[in-house]
Amino acid sequence: MNKTFNIDVPLGTVRRSLERSIHGLSGRKIRQNLTGYLFVFPWIVSLIVFTAYPMIASFYFSMTNYTILNPPRWVGLHNFEVMLTKDPLYWKSVYNSAYYAGLAVPLQLIVALALALLLNQKVQGIGFYRTAYYLPSLMPTVAATLLWMFLLDPRLGLVNAGLTALGLPRLGWLRSAAWSKPALVLMAVWSGSGWRMLIFLAALKEIPQALHEAAMIDGANAWQRFRFVTIPLLTPAIFFNLVMGIIDSFQVFASAFVSAGVSDSAGMGSAGPLNSLLVYMLLLYRYGFRYFEMGQASAMALALFVVLVVVTVLLVKSSGRWVYYEGGGRGV
Amino acid sequence: MALSNVRRERNPLLRVRGLRKKLSLGWTYLILSAVAVIFLIPFYWLVITSLKPMDQVFTDPPTWVPDPILWSNYVDALTSPAFPFFRLLKNTLFYTVLSTTGVVVSCTFIAYGFARLDFWGKDFLFGVTLSTMMLPSIVTLIPTYVLFRWFGWTGSYAPLIVPYFFGSAFNIFLLRQFFITLPWELTDAARVDGASEFYIFSRIMLPLVKPAILVVAVFHFMWTWNDLMGPLIYLEDSTQYPLILGLSAFQTRFGVEWNLMMAASMSVVFPLLVLFFLAQRYFIEGVVLTGLKGV
Repeated sequence: MNKTFNIDVPLGTVRRSLERSIHGLSGRKIRQNLTGYLFVFPWIVSLIVFTAYPMIASFYFSMTNYTILNPPRWVGLHNFEVMLTKDPLYWKSVYNSAYYAGLAVPLQLIVALALALLLNQKVQGIGFYRTAYYLPSLMPTVAATLLWMFLLDPRLGLVNAGLTALGLPRLGWLRSAAWSKPALVLMAVWSGSGWRMLIFLAALKEIPQALHEAAMIDGANAWQRFRFVTIPLLTPAIFFNLVMGIIDSFQVFASAFVSAGVSDSAGMGSAGPLNSLLVYMLLLYRYGFRYFEMGQASAMALALFVVLVVVTVLLVKSSGRWVYYEGGGRGV
Repeated sequence: MALSNVRRERNPLLRVRGLRKKLSLGWTYLILSAVAVIFLIPFYWLVITSLKPMDQVFTDPPTWVPDPILWSNYVDALTSPAFPFFRLLKNTLFYTVLSTTGVVVSCTFIAYGFARLDFWGKDFLFGVTLSTMMLPSIVTLIPTYVLFRWFGWTGSYAPLIVPYFFGSAFNIFLLRQFFITLPWELTDAARVDGASEFYIFSRIMLPLVKPAILVVAVFHFMWTWNDLMGPLIYLEDSTQYPLILGLSAFQTRFGVEWNLMMAASMSVVFPLLVLFFLAQRYFIEGVVLTGLKGV
């Protein structure tokens, strides 16, 4: 059939719709996207150079023998083998960090919560107390560690003087293998409760007074109100502090570095009595920046990273069961 | 006349309740103060030890007030060759100020992009940003060091400064939250009037985010001042040391002169306290000005 198509649609409309699709709406979209990317461009560079590349490189380095001065030499899983089976210090450092985290995380949480509860009162001058409780966390860890090394001096430090005054025995603190990690934990609780306390305080202030009043009308006493109103509504803050606390505690470095330093300036000797202060990060630092065994250090970093990711994922999964979000939603 | 009648009719029990309220208030202050004392004793000990003569540092029973008060300890500590305070301070200020500038400049741009602009993949990218906040820094430490080694930047301040000109997850997050709260009518009107995005950003939005910028600057400044790992691995020459490294080296060089060591520690801590107390007012003012909660 010979059919010529009569273009009934006016040419102007066609031209206009063509223009719109090339230069109009879609052109604006492209410009919009470009502008957006222009603004965030530095961050994309940073993510690639300082996050993505290091993560991938970490895998690579952990399977090499790399001393910086010579190019990396592929050794496969050798570093991991040495780390897990032949290096006596590795498991010691794992034990030290786990012990430290096991004490520090719950204690910091409890103290921060207690302080936040104390501060959650509408009394005159509460701001002064809030500042007072927050002040220790402003100190650099190095300075705080030096201060506590002094306070915990076994012979004549203030803490032991206080213990004696209470009729308790003196403790060896940083000079004793048994009490050196608790000494670190004590430092951590003193200087680490600050920002955790603020997070709890903010969460406490979000709890509607109406809920407490309703509970009181139902006859609940203060403890019951705490258990059944306050705590459930605090679970998101508890969850956040718990996860960040674990991530931070396993990476503790400065306090151990400074405390161990007294006995050992070259970084080679025992970290604390019987290596009781040899936390994971300290051993990693030595491998990487004292012995320049970058491969070994990378293997350690990777192992810890995997453990932390697994722990975080497990916690997030479990949070569905015990974290209560206002508005009925379940966490993740 | 009617008023005094009302007063006489007031429930006598109320007077007891008023008393009970006063007692519980008393208890509250007592506990608050006791805890404050426990928390602040180490600070107090830090300050007075820095002012004690050496023979009063370790006494039994402890000396609670130094006599005489040795301000000269500060002179001795800060001029001692083991703790060259002014050089340490100069070094610290150098990279801390530059790093903070970098963070402020880069993160305002980036956060503006996330908050006020739309582009393909924005949400995904922001999600990635949030996850890097939780990333344990341990996994990037060694490769980043190797990278800087390859650049030839180890032994200089560059690794402590340059990365911050490309953004920092936490600060991007903070500023983005703040940008989002600013009124959209302002930018919409400006766009309709044909203003370029950059003009909108620099002339309209930036002046409004000053409080958040201040918060970011103060937090980053304090964090950098306190950071040990960065200077420890990247600075090799002791003449480049910042205060934090000088302090940690002090203990191995000065042995057991605790009073001087406490004076040195105070010199590192004191500027932070001053900054905190000054900035506190800005935090409050800033929050009040913008009516923003949660920053």
